Amino acid sequence: MTDVTVESIFFYILAIISVGSALMMITRRNPVIAALYLIVNFFSLAGLYLTLHAQFIAVLQILVYAGAIMVLFVFVIMLLNLGDERKLSDAISYKKTIAAGLSFGLLMELIYIFGFTNESLSESRFEKAAEIGTVESIGKELFTRFLFPFEITSVLLLAAIIGAVVLAKRKLD
Amino acid sequence: MDIQPYLFLSAITFIIGVVGVLARRNAIIVFMSIELMLNSVNLSLVAFSAHLGDSTGQILVFFVMTVAAAEAAVGLAIIIALFRNKQTVNLDDINILKW
Repeated sequence: MTDVTVESIFFYILAIISVGSALMMITRRNPVIAALYLIVNFFSLAGLYLTLHAQFIAVLQILVYAGAIMVLFVFVIMLLNLGDERKLSDAISYKKTIAAGLSFGLLMELIYIFGFTNESLSESRFEKAAEIGTVESIGKELFTRFLFPFEITSVLLLAAIIGAVVLAKRKLD
Repeated sequence: MDIQPYLFLSAITFIIGVVGVLARRNAIIVFMSIELMLNSVNLSLVAFSAHLGDSTGQILVFFVMTVAAAEAAVGLAIIIALFRNKQTVNLDDINILKW
């Protein structure tokens, strides 16, 4: 096919880890083990971001996703003391057959769409990628062009904090 | 550097997330599958950002991560409230809104 570079070798290793851990995640009975496989998947995604020269996003992926969000998940799983599910698949019901058919159709559709991107995309400017992925360039964009959306996210986070506290509270006075 | 493999990987991971949401009945695993789908979209955003030499895609990933964090906090609070009322996280047993 194409020439073999270090980057493409890294890509294929990380892609296999990513797909494998995602498959393991949705097939495990125990939610704690599923959460651990999801963390593996997030780390492999961080590696994939590095092969695309997006250093800042890669660091954020590990800090925010693998750090903060997954700690929340594991904490809730432990808090609820969830055991294994009774049975992984209570027989192949008609619902699951329909679900499998729909997902397969969607996969074919997506592969069909992505199969044509090479002709329709503009010429690659991949050599610029190393400079735009830095903290400096992302920060500059974030505090100039995207200042208003950035401020709106703080309101969103405030709403999420209040919502989480109200929902998880034992009794409303 | 070709971004097409990244887009294929993104599509495959997204579909794995869809299968997880449709086939699993444990609310927390459904939730983790949603995170998986959000991540696969992030991957294609970063791939396009690198291909076009434009940082807008990476800014968008930043916002998606913020929304995912907010969603995880609120969603897990809902799961805790549900568990307190029904003693289960099995989605087949949670059907009071079903007609």
